[in-house]
Amino acid sequence: MNGNWSWDTFFEALPIVLEGIGITIGLTIACYLFALIFGFVWTILRRIPNKPINWIVTWVMEFIRSTPPLVQLFFIFYAWPMVPVIGMALDPFTSAVLGLGIHFSTYIGEVYRSGIEAVEKGQWEASTALNFSTRQKWIKIILPQAIPPTIPMLGNYLIIMFKEVPLASTIGVVGILHMANSYGAQYWAYLEPLTIVAILFLILSYPSAILISKLEKKMNRRFDKKAIVNSKGAVT
Amino acid sequence: MANPIVKYENVHKSFGEVKVLKGIDLDLMPAEKVAVIGPSGSGKTTIIRMLMTLEQPTLGSIVVDGKNLWQMEKNDQLMDANEKHLRQVRGDIGMVFQHFNLFPHLTILENCMTAPIHVQKESKASAKNRSIEMLEKVGLGDKLENYPSQLSGGQKQRVAMARALVMRPKIMLFDEVTSALDPELVEEVLTVIRGIANEGKMAMVLVTHEMEFAQDIADRVLFLDGGVIAEQGSPDEVFGNSENERLQSFLHRFRR
Repeated sequence: MNGNWSWDTFFEALPIVLEGIGITIGLTIACYLFALIFGFVWTILRRIPNKPINWIVTWVMEFIRSTPPLVQLFFIFYAWPMVPVIGMALDPFTSAVLGLGIHFSTYIGEVYRSGIEAVEKGQWEASTALNFSTRQKWIKIILPQAIPPTIPMLGNYLIIMFKEVPLASTIGVVGILHMANSYGAQYWAYLEPLTIVAILFLILSYPSAILISKLEKKMNRRFDKKAIVNSKGAVT
Repeated sequence: MANPIVKYENVHKSFGEVKVLKGIDLDLMPAEKVAVIGPSGSGKTTIIRMLMTLEQPTLGSIVVDGKNLWQMEKNDQLMDANEKHLRQVRGDIGMVFQHFNLFPHLTILENCMTAPIHVQKESKASAKNRSIEMLEKVGLGDKLENYPSQLSGGQKQRVAMARALVMRPKIMLFDEVTSALDPELVEEVLTVIRGIANEGKMAMVLVTHEMEFAQDIADRVLFLDGGVIAEQGSPDEVFGNSENERLQSFLHRFRR
């Protein structure tokens, strides 16, 4: 192995590693969207007022959360095709979206739930008194109050998920880690390409973290801030 | 005499093991103003919450304008009302809450006009005009674009009243609407209620601790104690010379 840092290797590896960035970002977005949508499914399932169903759903969520995502990825990619009747072979990208998406959807579902439960009981009662339909209550009154406070938490999960996406390289998704690894194997030089991977992750996740913490502060002041804008507006 | 607009028959309500109401019979006439007084925990609030369909009676029936509130007929069988039935019957009822329960993400104007538009399918322009009119009537015409967090408690409660009134209910329920207010803000809210009452059209049920106000505004006063209506009559009868000892000692505490 080349023991010294080489800028030549660095610049040679850089474009090759970068070829994988589209896949890495694309997979993050696909997994995240899947988790956001599937999270709603968990939230709805948990609200079914039926004890056995509730118990099963809670248990399944707990099971998914207590199992390592890597094991889930391997199961979907290697074991799922061998399951009788319902089993089928999936390509690496789809397997990764399903595996990581389902895993994180259980956390996202809890975030939604906490947001919904934080809306005061009086809001439900006032919307009943005004005779809104169940659908209107959710869309006009409850969700507009429940979702905004959870946005910072949802953002955190985006970053956490982004950092879990390299797991997909183990089943052959050709992201930046996979590109760096194969460069390393080919030229017996791991230091530079893996450094590039680390830097890329830093470049992408650090600004996102700052953005989210700003968003969080903004959300905390949300209704007050509207107040300030409006009182100024009223003066003019 | 006209038919009652609301009729409670032998209504019971328990929360778990605790029996809060033990047989309420009550007729409310159209345009009648009824004040409900009594010690805390006597079930005053529960009486109107059941009418607003926020609590289901354990036993007995409540009939609103000839329609059974909590039960419906389906295939010739009487069964528990579903949401669709409840929506049909509760449309004539409005309620103002102790803790206002304004929608914090909507402006004052939006708080008022959302339900007429989406529940009663009124045109946006008309709902907006009527909401503005109503907010002007409660003295908040200059706060239309403000959010609830910018208002005082008294102002919030006046918005809550405008929001309920815009729906043109035949029955208005007031649940201890001044209890959460600072003392100096109570009067502005009572003034608005007096104004509504003097218009005379709606039936009103007021659960209240404001004895003078109840005496002043009500056609009839109910004293609730131990889960039953222990005494009722005109304000003069109830506040004047009732022989009910529990009522006397209850009133005494307010007249120190």
